Amino acid sequence: MSETLVITSGKGGVGKTTTSASLASGLAQRGHKTAVIDFDVGLRNLDLIMGCERRVVYDFVNVIQNEATLKQALIRDKRHDNLSVLAASQTRDKDALTQEGVGRVLDELKQDGFDYIVCDSPAGIEKGAHLAMYFSDRAVVVVNPEVSSVRDSDRILGLLSSKTRRAEQGEGPGPQHLLLTRYNPARVEAGEMMSVGDVEEILGIPVLGVIPESEQVLAASNSGVPVIHDAGSIAGQAYGDAVARLVGEDVPMRFLEAPKKGFFKRMFGT
Amino acid sequence: MSLLDFLRPRPKNTANIARERLRIIVAQERATRGGPDYLPLLRNELLEVIRKYVHVGADAVQINVERSNEGEVLELSVALPEVPGASGTG
Repeated sequence: MSETLVITSGKGGVGKTTTSASLASGLAQRGHKTAVIDFDVGLRNLDLIMGCERRVVYDFVNVIQNEATLKQALIRDKRHDNLSVLAASQTRDKDALTQEGVGRVLDELKQDGFDYIVCDSPAGIEKGAHLAMYFSDRAVVVVNPEVSSVRDSDRILGLLSSKTRRAEQGEGPGPQHLLLTRYNPARVEAGEMMSVGDVEEILGIPVLGVIPESEQVLAASNSGVPVIHDAGSIAGQAYGDAVARLVGEDVPMRFLEAPKKGFFKRMFGT
Repeated sequence: MSLLDFLRPRPKNTANIARERLRIIVAQERATRGGPDYLPLLRNELLEVIRKYVHVGADAVQINVERSNEGEVLELSVALPEVPGASGTG
């Protein structure tokens, strides 16, 4: 049984690609044959986050336009040989993606025995974002605890309920999950940032995971290693927990509270 | 909280402000979502008409489209100001 996930958000810069890379890596780590596809035609970036940018020969659009086979275009991950990356095209315009073409590539991946197909959506609500969600069985909405991101997420939830194949065929939307990124528990406690509970209540869908703000996320993208591989970082561990929940495990939320400060820090600040 | 923090003015709890603002705007956008495109326009025109007679805020008119088997029902609610004396006639 194969499942197609879309990682989406509406707003840009909230961590969709970071999340796609880490969830896909985590699923592969657990032994599931996984493909992760960059739908951001013209602004390819998943390859950089996955650390395979120098190995891109053919891309998603080449496959859709029959200029390369899927097998030629899939890039095998260095760390897990059951994980493949399909890069977005860097040169063509967004109209290069067609609904028929995307559907055909996803079907071929399913026939090739992929358990999970992770679709990394571009920002916005245009064609690329529409096609990334259209065939999805499940959606992960990446959101920052910040007003514009939350509002855009709600807009995306509306589109997920009406503009997907499932919705059009009257099956109703598939499961939807929230994934909060850049969460800063200390600022939440100070009343400077909305809490997980606030965001969950406003958007009304369950939380798959909360990724604390962490310096390790930038370090991971700097080096092209998805942050989930950094088992020593709290962001990496939080992504690991999110993957466990994605496959149905019941894992308690971690890192929702600020680390307790020592005596000196309490008296004199940081 | 450090000693020095007690000397600084307390910042407002802006997270609560964010939450309340989002609650209102998200509810409003959900109500008109999937409905006919003219709903926001209709809402604004109604607001203008009501404002000729009663002084109400910009979010006083709420529009909701309910769908059922028998058809669609356009639900409209107008929140009037609490103090009767505060309303003026135009």
